[in-house]
Amino acid sequence: MTKYKIGIDVGSTHTDAVLLDENNRIIYADKTMTTQDVTSGIINALKLVLENSKIRKDDVVAVMFGTTHIINAIVQRKGLGKVGVIRIGLPATEAIEPLLDWPSDLRTVVLAGSAMIKGGHDYTGEPIMEFDEEKAKRVLERFGELRVDAIAVTSVFSTVNNEHEVKIKEMASRILPNTPVVLSHEISSIGLLERENATVLNAATINVMQNAMKALKTALIDLGLSHAKMFFAQNDGTTALAEYILRFPIFTTIAPVSNSIRGAYVLTGIPNALVADTGGTTTNIGALVNGYPRETLEIEIGGVRTNIRAPDLLAVGLAGGSIVKFHNDDVSIGPLSVGYRLIWEGIAWGGNTITATDIALAKGAMYIDDPNCKIELAKEKIPSKMIDLAYNKMVSMLEDYLDRIKTRPEPETVILVGGGSAMWPKKLKVAKEVIRPEYAQFANAVGAATALVGSTVEKAYSYEKIAREKAIQEVSEEARQRAIDAGAEAGSVEIAEVEEVAMPYLPGTAVKIRIKAVGKLRL
Amino acid sequence: MSRYKLKKQDVEDLVTGAAILGTGGGGDPYVGKLMVLQQLERGKEIEIVDMEEIDDNAFVVPVAAMGTPVVLFEKIPSGKEAIFSLNLLEQYFNKKVDFISPIEAGGINSTIPLVVGAERKLPVIDADGMGRAFPELQMVTLHVYGIKATPMALSDERGNAVILDTVDNFWAEKIARAITVRVGGSAWIAIYPTTGKPYKQAAIKGSISLAIEIGRVLREAKASGRNPIDALLDLTKGYELFKGKIIDIKRFNVGGFARGEAVIEGYDNYKNSRLIVRFQNENLVAIRDNEIIASVPDLITILESETGKPITTERLKYGLRVLVIGFPCTEKWRTETALRVVGPKYFGYDIDYLPIENRMRKISTLT
Repeated sequence: MTKYKIGIDVGSTHTDAVLLDENNRIIYADKTMTTQDVTSGIINALKLVLENSKIRKDDVVAVMFGTTHIINAIVQRKGLGKVGVIRIGLPATEAIEPLLDWPSDLRTVVLAGSAMIKGGHDYTGEPIMEFDEEKAKRVLERFGELRVDAIAVTSVFSTVNNEHEVKIKEMASRILPNTPVVLSHEISSIGLLERENATVLNAATINVMQNAMKALKTALIDLGLSHAKMFFAQNDGTTALAEYILRFPIFTTIAPVSNSIRGAYVLTGIPNALVADTGGTTTNIGALVNGYPRETLEIEIGGVRTNIRAPDLLAVGLAGGSIVKFHNDDVSIGPLSVGYRLIWEGIAWGGNTITATDIALAKGAMYIDDPNCKIELAKEKIPSKMIDLAYNKMVSMLEDYLDRIKTRPEPETVILVGGGSAMWPKKLKVAKEVIRPEYAQFANAVGAATALVGSTVEKAYSYEKIAREKAIQEVSEEARQRAIDAGAEAGSVEIAEVEEVAMPYLPGTAVKIRIKAVGKLRL
Repeated sequence: MSRYKLKKQDVEDLVTGAAILGTGGGGDPYVGKLMVLQQLERGKEIEIVDMEEIDDNAFVVPVAAMGTPVVLFEKIPSGKEAIFSLNLLEQYFNKKVDFISPIEAGGINSTIPLVVGAERKLPVIDADGMGRAFPELQMVTLHVYGIKATPMALSDERGNAVILDTVDNFWAEKIARAITVRVGGSAWIAIYPTTGKPYKQAAIKGSISLAIEIGRVLREAKASGRNPIDALLDLTKGYELFKGKIIDIKRFNVGGFARGEAVIEGYDNYKNSRLIVRFQNENLVAIRDNEIIASVPDLITILESETGKPITTERLKYGLRVLVIGFPCTEKWRTETALRVVGPKYFGYDIDYLPIENRMRKISTLT
């Protein structure tokens, strides 16, 4: 019996679905419009796959989502839970209260109450002060009265020593047994405010994820897929079981972007390259390093500064629907776009707006398999001099953006993916080769469907207190265990990345160790 | 306006200005900004006074944070640390502090005295001891004018506080640094205690207002669609040194300092030309096609060309489009004695200091 996986990617305009066999061969791919609630669009896409591929539903072992439920909820401030925020670090940290820097509308929605407690550690692992258990107890009881939906706990240098965060979790399991408690050392890295922000956002979105999963689970049952396991793509290009993501919804916020970069690797087999994912409104440009998206240290989510790991990305308003305007001898392209209305408003579809796609069609750079798309219209209505001018401009803009995401001067392989990617030429100045793989428009869904289960753990150590080998082994073990929690088959887990960074201006032996473990899906 | 209260907008502007005056170092003032905004949020007031207002006999104490930015961003201060230091100094001298002062105009230390001023209800003098950012305790005009760094007090958030009395200001730096590491990598200091008269001779006047003014000019230029860089250069009597793309970054970790250099390939008017900026925490020397065009203690700042935002040296990376500007330091840094403390030779570059105005004049007559 062949075991199949379905990958679903929710984009801003389209929801894509692909069906893969166990060798990651694409059996079927299709797309439908994204809906406002996200979930019904996903159900439509699943239906398309099941009806048109004619496979036995029993043979689908996993449905793998790359979804925007969480980012939408944060950006729209919708359905978020009320969070009780605990910071452990007094007398340090009092100078800045939790959530001070948040947009006030988001803070009002999310913050149920906050408290600062004595405790926390120095970078050496020494306590700043003795943990104030009495106060912790009172705070938890108050959070009970306030009926908080979740609790977010951040302790100073918990990436070095997490004992005070763990202590709160133990106490909460007695005082508030049914309230989820999120510990910051499981969310991100050094940088107290950014880590606290990410921890609070994670706590606030547990509700959202619960509701989304409930709806998706019901849909799977209705579609006859109740036996299939649900996985959700994570920001770092890996995936994880639904039960795990329920604890860490924040890890899915920008997963669709990572999926396209990861998908570019799966479709080409090239582990190191620049990737441009061109849609209707935006082109996302990132980099593949050893098969995974290159990561950045800081990312703003819904106006909140966080330090969760996320792909290093340049998002530019230069894509298929970008509006082209001529001013005398000059031309501008984007960032305004007709988006999904391209197939009504574009010149080639009989509309009145010149788009980047019209230019590429008229230039003869691409062809679109759509009876309503008439290349002649674009060629007739746009003067040929203008076509060259505009096409050269958009290509040089792309080249310029690609150059910015590079980290060294040598030309790199460029992989083009996404629904709008056909408009680009086969040669680019910054590229030693340009590859647009088959199924390029489904790279995101392919990335979601082929992802390995993964987990990243980051901790800080002082090598004066622990031998280097021992520290690395400790972090590896934790990453391995978390990958198994996230749904990896125990025997298959491997260490994919080890990063060791010395902390500047501290005695030479203080380091951050970050380790990523990945494994096959446990099915 | 000899005395005024800081408003929220002033703080935002000041932090922008402090990043420019930080010349790539001094630490990201983000945490410092939030600390000050938190004080205002709590209803506290921050009063800034003109240097000329200070009585000759007034007891003046500069305050600052010391240590590594990484620790400051994780172990956020309590905001009360410097109060332990001030209290201890007051006990030692047996008199009350009348005014506090910033020691550094660039980076996070531009905001620290404002937090202390709010907590202790002490006026903050509109002046500082660097007019920019520097990495060591003796790189201060007060040192050049013979004021002793000690007796100084240093404390942590727990309330541990020590008094140091050292044979010279270099020893103050060494011992204070060692204690800072021991208490967890960050500490707050009250240093260079002095009286109004010597302070007024030695300090750099108007540093807080200058930082605020820089932030304001940039903000207003952007809002009204004018070129913010022109406005900035007008205000600081500065020069556009170069425009280009970073094509290489080299970094070496020497003795705990983040040394390195950025190679920038020119475009527009600078096509076919290259600029090398050498840094050690701060940007120190700018060399265009083998000719030095600016050096420490004059200020060299690298801005992102599209946004005009200053870039700290740790964030410099390949591919960034940048604009490099330079502007003159205070005359107080240009004496022979001062240059021994902060001139290019102190940082290990075997070059003579020439004021940026002279270097620019030379270049413009050549071309």
